[in-house]
Amino acid sequence: MGNLAVILIPWLPALAALLIAVIALKDKLQKLAAPICAGAVGASFVIAMIVWMNLGGPETVDFYNWIAFGDFRLGMSYFLDPLTMVMLGVVCGVGCLIAIYATGYMKGDPGYWRFFTYVALFIFSMTTLVMADNLVLLFLGWEGVGACSYLLIGYYYDKPFAVSAAKKAFIVNRVGDFGFLLGIFLCYQRYDTVQLSVMLEAARHNVEMLAAGAYNPTAADLWIPFLLMVGAFGKSAQIPLYVWLPDAMAGPTPVSALVHAATMVTAGVYLIARCIPLFELSPAALPTVAVVGGCTALFAATIALCCNDLKGVFAYSTVSQLGYMFVGVGALSTDGAVFHLFTHAFFKALLFLTAGSVMHALAGQLDIRTMSGLRHKMPVTCWLMFVGCLSLAGFPFITAGFWSKDLILGDALAYGLDHNQLYLFVTLLGVITAFLTAFYTFRLWFTVFMGEEKFEMGDEHHHEEETHAEGDEEHDHDDHHAHEPHEMPWLPMNAPLVVLAIGAIIFGVLGYKLHWFENIIGYSTANPVTVPVLDLAHHGDAHGDKVHHTYIMGMDPHNFMIILSSILAVAGIALAAFFFWINRPLTASLAKTFTPIVKLLENKYYIDELYDWMFVQPLKRAGGLFYVVDAMIINGLVAFVAWIPAMIGRGVRPAQSGRLQGYGLGMVMGVAIFALLIFMAVNR
Amino acid sequence: MSSLLALSSPMLSHYLLTGAVLFVLGLIGFVSRRNLIVMFLCTEMMFQGVVVTLVAFSAFHGNFTGQTFVIFVLTIAAAEAALALGLVVLLFRRKQTLDASAWSSMRG
Repeated sequence: MGNLAVILIPWLPALAALLIAVIALKDKLQKLAAPICAGAVGASFVIAMIVWMNLGGPETVDFYNWIAFGDFRLGMSYFLDPLTMVMLGVVCGVGCLIAIYATGYMKGDPGYWRFFTYVALFIFSMTTLVMADNLVLLFLGWEGVGACSYLLIGYYYDKPFAVSAAKKAFIVNRVGDFGFLLGIFLCYQRYDTVQLSVMLEAARHNVEMLAAGAYNPTAADLWIPFLLMVGAFGKSAQIPLYVWLPDAMAGPTPVSALVHAATMVTAGVYLIARCIPLFELSPAALPTVAVVGGCTALFAATIALCCNDLKGVFAYSTVSQLGYMFVGVGALSTDGAVFHLFTHAFFKALLFLTAGSVMHALAGQLDIRTMSGLRHKMPVTCWLMFVGCLSLAGFPFITAGFWSKDLILGDALAYGLDHNQLYLFVTLLGVITAFLTAFYTFRLWFTVFMGEEKFEMGDEHHHEEETHAEGDEEHDHDDHHAHEPHEMPWLPMNAPLVVLAIGAIIFGVLGYKLHWFENIIGYSTANPVTVPVLDLAHHGDAHGDKVHHTYIMGMDPHNFMIILSSILAVAGIALAAFFFWINRPLTASLAKTFTPIVKLLENKYYIDELYDWMFVQPLKRAGGLFYVVDAMIINGLVAFVAWIPAMIGRGVRPAQSGRLQGYGLGMVMGVAIFALLIFMAVNR
Repeated sequence: MSSLLALSSPMLSHYLLTGAVLFVLGLIGFVSRRNLIVMFLCTEMMFQGVVVTLVAFSAFHGNFTGQTFVIFVLTIAAAEAALALGLVVLLFRRKQTLDASAWSSMRG
């Protein structure tokens, strides 16, 4: 029974996807797609929570024998530990809320059922990914979410931009997946198994030996983390493979919230956290992760400063926040990373969905320069987004984003002071990013919702009428017939957002003060060996309580970081309020002064152009060259071979005179020649 | 000398020579003439050449197989003549001529 429940967690959404695809054959039943999808995901969430409550220790559940040849066995098996369960909670919980929101958001869309099939399929892949007991099954989920991401980005397949964005996401992820796949091969070669529990136990033992100086890492030990890292960077949009994520916003907004903010993009963080002992074996691996994460965080934050696209700002902030998570795992603060992953899922989903509401109300308008003072038109959305922005900006003490971000930065600072000076630099990057984050987040919020009321409608008029009818009680009758922005209905759209907003507030202080994530990580494979989050071998205490770090300015690094980032967050928000609410003309004139910088940031450092020049154009040129080789040499050879019999035919065709006598003569002469030959042969 | 002597009394070679002459005459006629009926008669003549050879060898070896075979050949030749003449009539009706070169549309 218990095992069946575990198996149902991923397979319920899979069955839902199948069911939706079947019922979609009947037009009348298509509107059932959303309840089936949301219901299945919600059921998975409930089952996952019940399983978690009854989970004693790490557990493996076998479903069936998936691959078997020779001595090699791979099970469709699931590995359950607290890390798995918290990931399941995020994926299914946030997934269910987003599916409910999408019920309203996607209403009237011609591909309504197609959307929910993809979403259910995505949840299946993502749960498979986090529950996988071996790397191959994990890779199956990994590719599954990649494929669903591709399908969902390219959901509006009649828009060329969406199609090319989908292709871009898929191709950039191939680069990362190539590294990941090589990493899996190398793991198998090194550990003779791809089963996570066995492999990580062996790696854990090796790390302990390494710390004691009794182990010499092999070449495979040094390379595995770097290969896995490439996969993680691809999936989680880190430098240099981040370029696909901002473009992925071409998909419907609930997809941006679910796939490209809350769940799929955190798979890379999950992978590194899960396999942290493998990374500890290679001395250069985790510093690399941390530096890449820190650089990505700052880099993406600077782009977000000048981004004028409503969803684009949040896309770059996602890249930036994922950078924080990588700093977290890189600084052996897997609890911080997973904590931030958890809170980020809430506030970023909230931000994307409120952005979706704004976009919905303005008929697809995304340019924030055309928006201003929308707080009267959409009061609920305005304040929900305010909560999300506070959390993203890390407003001190009351928001979740503040606590999780500070756990990461505090741990990174402590690690830098105690062990490795490089992490001080990474911490500095993180601190600057924290300030920029507060600034750009509230730049967006003040621009859109404060100041005088001003807006331009977009060019999409899809299902405008339906939502008008439902939103009747929300807005006054004067603008009923005009195309004016209006508040979203409570059900099914604003209610899930309220749940997310509550999560974006309370989970921070709860998680931090109750040491949720230290306990989750401490009892999972993500517990680092060299600097354990929870030292089970010694006293079982959360490290925040007992371990004393090197002090900085007479303070514990965690407390120091809390004070520093509180100041920076408030300063960032205040500065944004000044520039984008109180004194907008000054901002415009300042922007003119710094035109080159603004231009550089607005064009995202020309990275897309650089990649185009470095990779796309050379590949196109190589393609052109190969085309010529193909057309001239390969096709020429084939044509030449075909030309030979044609020529022979042309040569001997006159023999077919069509005259009976000719044939008779030919026959006679042939017989005569044979007779002569036989005669000569006999008489020799 | 012996060849002259051979002419005086019929021998195997005389029959074979007669058969060969008949066959070659028929062949030359078939190749050189264009009239379908004449061509057909020429093939009959080639038949007779072969038949004579068969009978000659049969007598020479004292084996009746060859002669039995000739009976069959003649029967079939008769049936075939009926069929072939019918075809010739048909071809003539199509083109109002017996010239074989009128039927060269399968030229390569």
